[in-house]
Amino acid sequence: MSLATRARPAAMALGLVALAAVPVLASVLDQPFYVDLFRRVMIFAVAALSLDVILGYGGMVSFGHAAYLGIGAYAVGVTTYHGVSNGYAQWALAIVASMVVALAIGAISIRTSGVYFIMITLAFTQMLYYLGISIEEYGGDDGMRLATKSQFPGVLDIGNPAAFYYVVLGILVLFLYLAHRLVNARFGMVIRATKSNEPRARAVGFSPYPYKLIAFAVAGGMCGLAGALLVNQTEYLTPEFMHWTRSGEIMFMVILGGMGTLVGPVVGALVFLLLEQVLSAWTEHWQIILGPFLVLVVLFARRGLWGLLPPGAGRNG
Amino acid sequence: MTVLLIVEQVLNGLQYGVMLFLMAAGLTLVFGIMNLVNLAHGSLYMVGAYLATFFYTQTGSFLLAALLALPATLVVGIVVELVALRTLYERDHLDQVLATFGLILFFNELVAIVWGRSALYTTLPAWLSGHVVVLPGLRYSVYRALVILVGLAVAILLWLVVSRTRLGMLIRAGASNRTMLSALGVNVTLLYTVVFGFGAALAGLAGLMAGPIYAVQTGMGEQILIQVFVVIVIGGIGSIRGALVGAILVGMVDTFGVFVKPMLGTVLSPVAADSAGPAIASMLIYLLMAVVLALRPQGLFPTRAS
Repeated sequence: MSLATRARPAAMALGLVALAAVPVLASVLDQPFYVDLFRRVMIFAVAALSLDVILGYGGMVSFGHAAYLGIGAYAVGVTTYHGVSNGYAQWALAIVASMVVALAIGAISIRTSGVYFIMITLAFTQMLYYLGISIEEYGGDDGMRLATKSQFPGVLDIGNPAAFYYVVLGILVLFLYLAHRLVNARFGMVIRATKSNEPRARAVGFSPYPYKLIAFAVAGGMCGLAGALLVNQTEYLTPEFMHWTRSGEIMFMVILGGMGTLVGPVVGALVFLLLEQVLSAWTEHWQIILGPFLVLVVLFARRGLWGLLPPGAGRNG
Repeated sequence: MTVLLIVEQVLNGLQYGVMLFLMAAGLTLVFGIMNLVNLAHGSLYMVGAYLATFFYTQTGSFLLAALLALPATLVVGIVVELVALRTLYERDHLDQVLATFGLILFFNELVAIVWGRSALYTTLPAWLSGHVVVLPGLRYSVYRALVILVGLAVAILLWLVVSRTRLGMLIRAGASNRTMLSALGVNVTLLYTVVFGFGAALAGLAGLMAGPIYAVQTGMGEQILIQVFVVIVIGGIGSIRGALVGAILVGMVDTFGVFVKPMLGTVLSPVAADSAGPAIASMLIYLLMAVVLALRPQGLFPTRAS
């Protein structure tokens, strides 16, 4: 192995160590804000990773991924509102509910392809957004405060910023591993084959529809957990989680980091949120910089930041 | 009483429908010919609305403002095409979606910088703010009636242009085979710019007419854009006839959503109807889209096989 082929594993290991060190450094420097910031980064990394499974590997350009972020958040918010704050139940509900909704949306949208798929996923997410706005009992468009964070009695208290941080880190690492197994399993090979050439995948004897649908639902479930984490992070439930610009942002994270790689979305989430942090501190009108930046990335940096590193010997780097 | 209410809602549905159509026609033409998914179409609608409001406050004449805003939006559209979108025609849909998403962020922020974040409201001039008697006992806003007439006139004009003129012939030829068209010596690049400017002007027209009815604010373009997506998905992407049918259908369904609550009230308790009514009303057009797609995945008027 040359030095170049080891660039990606080395960067990954370094990144992991750096992420694990954040709470320690933050407490040494007495800057608790950074624990919050990087926890947010990792939550969005989970969301972006889940989108990458269907977008980068499955070729499904879903412009409505924020829907599952919202459903996961509502699963936690609504159960807390009704007095149930058991974390296991809440997070399981977030995953299951998001998968069920993803199955329903996927069942209709995967029958179509191309630009229809983009518009339909966007439209269904908008429908859920308006649904969130119109249910006054759960805050309507103002949203509502989360009375208590998810409770894991006797095991851990995610009210402790560092403990919550390591839970999110653990989930991110777990999902990276699961996604790695998934895309390299027979199942993953089928959806990748479908992406690169659907007629040929059919000719070999696969029926792509059920594979794509299951991948779509799994990605929805993963993103649902990210939503449950996000509402615990913000302690505020709002339909804004499902706003269509959020879907665009998650998609941009995937592209920015490098789609079709597993680490790419993590890098994308990191760079995007840090950029947002820096630019919004500098000017209120930071989106006027972000917009053209996005256009430039799309036009000139097709493979994303992670794609700039030479690929390793492994199939997914 | 109820008949009059229904007639009034039909007119409102028609009014919203023709505005959706003006947007959908441009979007579907651009997609049909250039194969470009343009999310920033909503931004042109917003630019049209802001420019019209701006010219109206400057000149004091609504008509003059409209006549100025329309070509100005056309120019903005052509500049956007020349600077950013031209390079996107050969890229895949994912790139187009993201790049035009970037343009939306840019335009929304630009408008917020120039005109501020709070919504602008226009008061109509006296000659437009009255009412006409449509039926005995039913008075309807002159302005909304005018919007319906303008929308229908543009629909007819558009049909004449596409089916009866040389430009329309080129547009139809471009939609069915671009390569062949350019091999025949037609300047396709110029055709693209013309069609895009055309679409931008239609969006601008919808925007400038929307100004006095809805609030003029940043993000107004995306609100209508997503409903326009529903329209062209229902109608069949690339089909102008589909856009018209889809737009009227969506306009009607969206407007008749106000009847969901009283109708639920007859079967449910008033409290349940109160909370479920608005939720269902806001979901109606998306449910309509789901039903249409389940039956016809390519929309009601599918164009060429894709």
